[in-house]
Amino acid sequence: MNKGNHIASTTDTPLLSLQDLTIALPKGADRAYAVENLSYDVLCGEILCVVGESGSGKSMAANAVMGLLPKGVRPVGGKAMFAGQDLLSITEKQHRELRGLRIGMIFQEPMTALNPLMRVGAQINEVFEAHSQLNRAERGAKALELLKEVGLPDPEKAIRAYPFQLSGGQRQRVMIAMALALEPELLIADEPTTALDVTTQAQILDLIIDLQKRHGMAVMFITHDFGVVAEIATRVCVMRHGQIIELGEAKEVLANPQHEYTRALIEAIPSDIVPDARGAETDTLLLDVKGLNKVFRSSGGLFKPAREVHALDNVSFSLAKGETIGIVGESGSGKSTLGRCIVRLETPDSGTMSLSGIDFMQLNGESLRRERKRVQMIFQDPYASLNPRTRVGMAIAQGPIANGVPKKKALIQADDLLELVGLANTANRFPHEFSGGQRQRIGIARALALEPELIVADEAVSALDVSIQAQILKLLEDLKQKLSLSLLFITHDLRVAAQICDHIIVMQHGRIVEQGPARDVFLAPQQAYTRQLLEAIPGRPEATETAAQQRGSE
Amino acid sequence: MNFFARFAQNRGALVGLIILTIIILMAITAPLFFPESPWRMLQRPFLTPFEVDGFPMGTDTMGRNVAAGLMHGAWVSLLIGLVSTTVALLIGLPLGAIAGYYGGLLDDALMRFTEFFQTIPSFALAIVLVAIMQPSVTSIVLAIALVSWPPVARLVRAEFMSLRNREYVEAARLVGQGNTTIILRQILPNAMSPIIVLASLMVATAILLESSLSFLGLGDPNVMSWGYMIGAARTVIRQAWWLSFFPGLAILLTVLALNLVGEGLDDALNPKLSRERS
Amino acid sequence: MLYARLIIMRLLKAVVVLFLIVIFNFFLIHMAPGDPAVVMAGEAGATDAEFLNQLREQFGLDQPLYVQLWNYVSGIATLDFGYSYRQQTPVFDLIMDRLPATLLLTGTAFVMSLGLGILAGSMAAARAKKLSGSLIMALALVFYATPLFWVALMAVMLFSVQLEWLPAYGYYTVGTDLTGFALALDIGQHLILPATTLALFSMAVYTRMTRTSMLEASQQDYVKTARAKGLAPGVIQRRHILRNALLPIITLAGLQAGQMVGGAILTETVFAWPGIGRLMFEALMQRDYNLLLGIFFFSAALVIVFNIITDLVYGLVDPRIKESS
Repeated sequence: MNKGNHIASTTDTPLLSLQDLTIALPKGADRAYAVENLSYDVLCGEILCVVGESGSGKSMAANAVMGLLPKGVRPVGGKAMFAGQDLLSITEKQHRELRGLRIGMIFQEPMTALNPLMRVGAQINEVFEAHSQLNRAERGAKALELLKEVGLPDPEKAIRAYPFQLSGGQRQRVMIAMALALEPELLIADEPTTALDVTTQAQILDLIIDLQKRHGMAVMFITHDFGVVAEIATRVCVMRHGQIIELGEAKEVLANPQHEYTRALIEAIPSDIVPDARGAETDTLLLDVKGLNKVFRSSGGLFKPAREVHALDNVSFSLAKGETIGIVGESGSGKSTLGRCIVRLETPDSGTMSLSGIDFMQLNGESLRRERKRVQMIFQDPYASLNPRTRVGMAIAQGPIANGVPKKKALIQADDLLELVGLANTANRFPHEFSGGQRQRIGIARALALEPELIVADEAVSALDVSIQAQILKLLEDLKQKLSLSLLFITHDLRVAAQICDHIIVMQHGRIVEQGPARDVFLAPQQAYTRQLLEAIPGRPEATETAAQQRGSE
Repeated sequence: MNFFARFAQNRGALVGLIILTIIILMAITAPLFFPESPWRMLQRPFLTPFEVDGFPMGTDTMGRNVAAGLMHGAWVSLLIGLVSTTVALLIGLPLGAIAGYYGGLLDDALMRFTEFFQTIPSFALAIVLVAIMQPSVTSIVLAIALVSWPPVARLVRAEFMSLRNREYVEAARLVGQGNTTIILRQILPNAMSPIIVLASLMVATAILLESSLSFLGLGDPNVMSWGYMIGAARTVIRQAWWLSFFPGLAILLTVLALNLVGEGLDDALNPKLSRERS
Repeated sequence: MLYARLIIMRLLKAVVVLFLIVIFNFFLIHMAPGDPAVVMAGEAGATDAEFLNQLREQFGLDQPLYVQLWNYVSGIATLDFGYSYRQQTPVFDLIMDRLPATLLLTGTAFVMSLGLGILAGSMAAARAKKLSGSLIMALALVFYATPLFWVALMAVMLFSVQLEWLPAYGYYTVGTDLTGFALALDIGQHLILPATTLALFSMAVYTRMTRTSMLEASQQDYVKTARAKGLAPGVIQRRHILRNALLPIITLAGLQAGQMVGGAILTETVFAWPGIGRLMFEALMQRDYNLLLGIFFFSAALVIVFNIITDLVYGLVDPRIKESS
């Protein structure tokens, strides 16, 4: 059920009305227009979600409304009507009068959105100062009130803190406080939760809904995640390549998507994730990890005490041949460290890992170099995982060459691998000639080049758009079948894990919290943390139902 | 857009390139125009420019041909600039690469070393070195190189430190590539751009250093350099301002040209994503 | 409390650096071609056999190296930097006599270059697309490429000889007997040309750095946040952009200090400014190596002082240093 529907629209005249808005991009951009003939309304008291993948132009309209378009980007047609004015034709000064006072905006990156040299309280006071509201004393009191309202722990201390002393989630709350300080009629939220952890994301979403109910403002929520739509939207607007694909009541669109693209987006992240019951291909034990420990020590210095982080705390599990295990956790859970230890990019402090009988943790130097090829890795960032100055065929061939295969043979093999991942005849191109999804395919080809027994995928699809994610996961599934691969899939996104993993291991603070067959973990989580993770997934029906019940009882 | 097109987009860089070419031509053709040594005293001292044929810039305090000095001096400046920069790179590049890649004690040692050099006024150090070693082209080149290598090492170290953690380097390690191969094949080609830009700026600085040393009388006594010419004319500036003016102008134009070319190289090698040139 | 620790650390570092320079000096003397005693005596003293013997005895030049090193270092620790035969005065006294003039010159040039450089840089950033902005940057580039000693000579030519606006040489007008405010004014007049020419290079550096820094700062997310609050552009420029842009400039100032002290040598030579820079020039002429190395030591000390000052200022401005996490 959808939380957004609790608030009825109070009036029928739209608060913000975009009519045939067209914004031009500078010469040399991917296309001529960021958005073309865009028309939608935001009604009082509703939450409108504008959904699209990267490059869809979903943020542009918001920037135009605020008068904050980047250099070179300018509106060339249409209107943006707000309270009787066309926002596209007012002066900068008039824009300033509206910003913060009648229209508030929050952005995506809380880590860089606050001035690092000013105290939090001072930055909140600036909103009052900009619109000459309240005197000194009143401002301080109101700022404190705002911080309490957005749920910051210890507001008195927070007010005097500098941004670097707050976490990402806390900084986002400060941003929200600043945006709401003067009770604007419209709040524009541009992907405010994308850069946050799943559990923090859920908290911030709850906060926004809560504040919206209390203050009665309209919210334009821009996101790429349909799960969020399911969670909070009254109405939804789906965008692609600068044009509206679909627009309507959220419930309707989710239940009966009219356009193929919408359907693809919704299907790519199903809101009811129940993985099929699977079993491993064979029962042969491939990987046996026992008691891995790793502690990171920051030596501290003049200004901070030495800190110890238990990245891995007595981690043990096993993987059978042909199995896919998903390692799921939030940032700081140790999942990446685990992956890196298994491929020996890091060395654990203690513990053993035996792969087909060989203890990897004992190997060093020459013997390590020889055995390395049994475990390979697919990296997260498609833009950083390939050497920009090496042709992709050579990048794939470098591994075999380093292991004694003659160059010519290695290059032929590279060609074959590229064909296998769907990129035939591209060996002579450079990485920058490929898209993100294609580069990930090259990364997969590279991992396969040494014919490893085990592949570790470290957040291999996290940096990709949802529709591309689905393609890559399908490719991995196909390759698994064809080549009898065993896969260790590391991710923060339970929805992704649900799609291809047989077994799931949940990690928190370096420890394994729960592990078991995927279906069991999803339908019958044993641990509180696992339940928390599952509930935090935006759009999950059980989660929203429980939360709605809670609200109903308030 | 390829390299040359991007370079040419920067007007200043083109101007710099033209000036630089002229200076290089001056240096190369000096023996053609003025086959005799610029040290030969050929005419009356203090001739004004164009007073006598064949002396377009007049003569100096000892009756030497100023124009000859200028053209032969170009050769000296460019040579010393290039060689000392090359030596500084030969010292700084390997040290910075090893420190940046391997880290640990080696890195600590290098950092302390470069910090130490940073607190010493480099010009004063160069003076002391040349003075003690006795002035000669060799000692000047060595002194300039010794004073100029720390920034190279710092830059290379910084680049290597940031690149060694790139995923493609990790991937290379993962497939079993050895350290030397990784340094030379994976990291170095990606680190070259800022190093090239720095090198062009270093030649400019080297020329300034050399001329400053010569001005103070620490130049090689057998070599006529622009700095020496200015220094020799210092006391007679009232009577013959042109003796100081032209060599100084030559230094200014050469250094300016090198800086402009350096900026052009920066633009061409590191195309910025935004349209704004910072 | 944290701040005090910072200061103490820097002072300790300074002592270590100076100590290393002393050792470096020692080895330079012994690496120079010829008899160390002759090197230390300088050209003038090299002919005086008695003086040479005195030196040999004093520094025990026939004794093993580590003993000599010890003698040398302990000498420095008691402020005995050797003796200048030519000037018939201990090196230390000579330097102390001239140090204030250099402090005045470099201090003034330091402040001038920072102030004007930051001003010009922010103006250039504000006019980034216009002709005036490009003009400022072009001028900055020219000053950056100009050899210091040459521009000093040209300045003397133009302002003293041709226009006769400012005095060409010296610290104060010789032969007059001014005191108090009038003296300060006189010194000030003499200070203008040398300080300005010395400041020129660093000013250019700060101008260029400030412009880059400000343009970069204006692209940051927190500027967008500030605009979204409805703040006026002037306020954003001052409070958000400038403040953040200044941090790397302060760091740069510390690095530029070495440049400036080195440049003082040339400036003082041209303007006959009676500081340690000019003294160094004289020492070069006279091949007075003891004096030379002593000045080298003190110029390094001067750079360290500048570095400590900029570190302190940086610590004041950046809250990440002030407050402990």
